[in-house]
Amino acid sequence: MTSDIRAEVGTELAPLKLAGISRTTLALFAGASGDHNPIHIDIDVAQSAGLADVFAHGMLSMAYLGRILTNWVSPESIREYGVRFAAVTPVNSEPTARGRIVALDTVDGEARATLSLSVTLADGTVTLSGDAVVAL
Amino acid sequence: MAVDQSVIGTELSPTRLVVDAGRLRFFAKSIGETNPIFTDLDAAKAAGHSALPVPPTFLLAIELDRPDPFDWVSDLGIDLRHVLHGEQRFAYQSQAYAGDELIARPKIVDVYAKKGGALEFVVKDTSVVRPDGERVADLKSVLVVRHPEVQQ
Repeated sequence: MTSDIRAEVGTELAPLKLAGISRTTLALFAGASGDHNPIHIDIDVAQSAGLADVFAHGMLSMAYLGRILTNWVSPESIREYGVRFAAVTPVNSEPTARGRIVALDTVDGEARATLSLSVTLADGTVTLSGDAVVAL
Repeated sequence: MAVDQSVIGTELSPTRLVVDAGRLRFFAKSIGETNPIFTDLDAAKAAGHSALPVPPTFLLAIELDRPDPFDWVSDLGIDLRHVLHGEQRFAYQSQAYAGDELIARPKIVDVYAKKGGALEFVVKDTSVVRPDGERVADLKSVLVVRHPEVQQ
């Protein structure tokens, strides 16, 4: 499954466009990730906090970005992976995860690529921005 | 209500989780994973893995494996409904696999406010290790607490 893209600065990883994030997906992710915070799965709790509706776990979008990393390299090749959550992801929104190689270097004899990562919604909102370092 | 700075340095309850293949398949399903190395043992072995590999973000689940994983948030006087995940980082030292027993040791390492106290930030570092002490990953979580009652 690992794709054979060339590691060059500027190379884009294959983007991952998701269908709308359903309430079912949020329920499944709550159970599988262990994050049962009701703000993501219970509209009554969301409304009691003044929100119109539930919103997706940030970690769900981080997992989508993780998928594009592990579609490219084996999971044990990932050295670092971090994101900043810039905006909430409303239920039913359609995120797209993207990654681009921004640097290549060698650390302790190991060739590594640094990637710039983002998740955007269909309306252009950037919900996550991040970076990763992978061994090549 | 402002979080007391004295909580910096507080170690939260450690958790242990034996990562089983069924839980990893459930996680894979929930994120729409299509790469078979995360769900199919034969595919994982064909790719050189000894068992199903733990995907990169699953490691946060170790510290959530408690009856009430957010009790420490309430103990800080924070309303969980006003908490947003601000940042998350992982630094990996060794790959984890289905069947591994993993231990998470979370610790509050910083608390600070912005916007005149309307936003507070709680920073938590977690080390994930194996029972023999071998390091698996270091996690950093930044939680953002909204205080809608604070006038800017």
